[in-house]
Amino acid sequence: MKKKLIGTGTAILVTASILAGCGGNDAPAASSPASTASGSAPAASDKPFAGQTVTLVTANHPWSEAITPLLPEFEAATGIKVKVENYFEDQLTQKLTVQFTASSETPDVFMYRPLQDGRLFFKNGWIAPLDDYAKKDADYDFADISASAVNTTTIDGKLAGIPIITERGVLYYRKDLLEQAGIPVPKTLDELVAAAKKLHDPGSEMYGFVARGQRSPLVTQLASYLFSEGGDFITDGKASINTPEAVKAMTTYGTLLKDSGPPGVLNMSWPQAFGIFAQGKVAFLTDADSLYTNAIDPEKSKIGDKVGFALFPAGAAGSKPVNVTAWALSINERSKNKDAAWELIQWATNKENVLKTQQKGNPGARNSVWDNPEATKTFPEELVPIIKESIANGVGHDRPLVVAVGEARDAVGEVVMRVITGDKDVQGAADKANANLQAIIDKDSKR
Amino acid sequence: MRYNWTDRNLKWMYILPALVFVLVMMLFPIAYTVWISFYEWSMSAITPPAFVGLANYMDLFKDERFLDSVFNTFYFTIVALIAEMVLGLAIAVLFNRSFRGKNIAKTLFLLPMVATPVAMGLVWMLIYEPTIGAANTILKTIGIEPQLFLASMTQVIPSLIVVDVWQWTPMVALILMAGLSTLPVDPYESADVDGATAWQKFVHITLPLLKPTIIIALMLRLIDVLKTFDIIYATTQGGPNFKSETLNIYGYVLGFQYFKMGSTSALLVIFFLIVMAFTLLLIWMKKRLEAA
Repeated sequence: MKKKLIGTGTAILVTASILAGCGGNDAPAASSPASTASGSAPAASDKPFAGQTVTLVTANHPWSEAITPLLPEFEAATGIKVKVENYFEDQLTQKLTVQFTASSETPDVFMYRPLQDGRLFFKNGWIAPLDDYAKKDADYDFADISASAVNTTTIDGKLAGIPIITERGVLYYRKDLLEQAGIPVPKTLDELVAAAKKLHDPGSEMYGFVARGQRSPLVTQLASYLFSEGGDFITDGKASINTPEAVKAMTTYGTLLKDSGPPGVLNMSWPQAFGIFAQGKVAFLTDADSLYTNAIDPEKSKIGDKVGFALFPAGAAGSKPVNVTAWALSINERSKNKDAAWELIQWATNKENVLKTQQKGNPGARNSVWDNPEATKTFPEELVPIIKESIANGVGHDRPLVVAVGEARDAVGEVVMRVITGDKDVQGAADKANANLQAIIDKDSKR
Repeated sequence: MRYNWTDRNLKWMYILPALVFVLVMMLFPIAYTVWISFYEWSMSAITPPAFVGLANYMDLFKDERFLDSVFNTFYFTIVALIAEMVLGLAIAVLFNRSFRGKNIAKTLFLLPMVATPVAMGLVWMLIYEPTIGAANTILKTIGIEPQLFLASMTQVIPSLIVVDVWQWTPMVALILMAGLSTLPVDPYESADVDGATAWQKFVHITLPLLKPTIIIALMLRLIDVLKTFDIIYATTQGGPNFKSETLNIYGYVLGFQYFKMGSTSALLVIFFLIVMAFTLLLIWMKKRLEAA
């Protein structure tokens, strides 16, 4: 009997260690004592937050690489000590979620993806509304930040974050290949489909078109097709991915990948799509403009000098690419140093520093900076007017605006998956996906 | 008096740290997971968890994606396990003889096991890339049609099994080599006297004697293969079309992408019961063997 118990106990322990292995991935919580008491008392007027510590959590992103070396300037000017922690995208969301759930006072300032995490974070009470802070200092010139970018970070009329990185959907193409074949740069989606088909030659390992084909990642790129055909994910609070416009957009996207795409698109997110484009094996690619270095950097790309950029091809409703805030900064609702935290955000997103980070290749959200030729010197010359035009015509979201974004993306992606795998009944798949999306919206309204 | 009390209970003192550790780090999370599995909660600080009884469990059993993930988990586990045990045993027997360069071969052979699974996942993703990957380049030179591997809905699990087998067969072989080195020599000597062939010796002496070790290796690998996460997450994240979504991956998606903490916990409880059932079965088998 006793032996049996021990055996069972061992089994429980062994299995327990599995569960423990699944769950715990907490990074050690950074302790940030607000040591206002210690240290020499600074002049209260110009450095009101001297001695305070602010924890900044960033994603592993070129923006973080650009801003981190500038932090000593901020520390010297304000006396605030900044502690920086850096995580990969997915781990960042996971880490923030775990810390916020545990009601942690740190981090004070964090980088987040407004469209992916914003609603959940805000509705769960993790984000401090920034409306009052943003208007405090006239020199900060909040109105200079692009309206559509601010729209992305606004939830229920409240400002949830300050945009730092913006991106738009554009068309990447191979100048040399188009020239050889005598094909003009496609201005409409129909022209793109025809041109991609013409340049598609799988026998000699040349493919017409590539884009993300993984179910969830493709949704944000599909959005530009959807808007340009005159559709949207949600219209007036109702799911609308089974409308004729939406079905046309999803069929176009899926068919481009199926008939003119390289093998294996089902397992491609942007790194794979850019990878094969940079290997010189594809003629067209549609994805975010912020990723342009992956296509033109000679260290990453064999065809860097042959890449052209074009405005997103027009559909029935014209060219309506996504124009969204990919990353924003915000303050933890439970932070003990909110004022000092705002100091840091205000400094990082003032005109001077947005200019500096933009010069390092990070497309920002300030209109005045985009108008400054200094800011776009490092960008490919022909990309700049396309960015400006996309900012003017673009749509401020690239995925369904719901709390359960992950679930909604999988629901939408399903339809494109069906197209790529050769299912003929696209309308049927779209109707089913629409019902799923509607269920997610309904559940949302009850939160 | 006091001295006597400590003296009498000294044994408890020694195990106290371990006991506290088990309670806090293992039993509490399990109990909490079970508790949360009866609630609906998106980790909100404003909306508290709502009690839903067994609804999370009922929903899971109606969820095709969950049922598929159970199938994928078993498919992956059973095939990978059989391949690893057979190959591991063959390699262990091979390394049990002595030959020139054995130590170098042994070291090289053990390398995959010490590599970081996520990094290896990324390397294999490049190898499997259909257009520019090494696997298809090799297939082409020997005249075989290029394959889709991870991007194919039917090849994705076999492709992942190859990675798991490549990485973890060394561990099975290592355990079995240790087992082989402890086997007595007399049975082999008497078998030689009786004129037994190598194959007869392997089947009638090595295998039966090695059985307890094989079961240990099987148990360790079984638990690890069932909960495989890193390789799949780094390469396909459960795709394409959820065709490589195992229970562990689906649990992660439900928890950290859909933020359905209740459903996630219910899934983990079911997963826990599955793993425990397997473990108990193996322990029972081992006991029967020892008794026999």
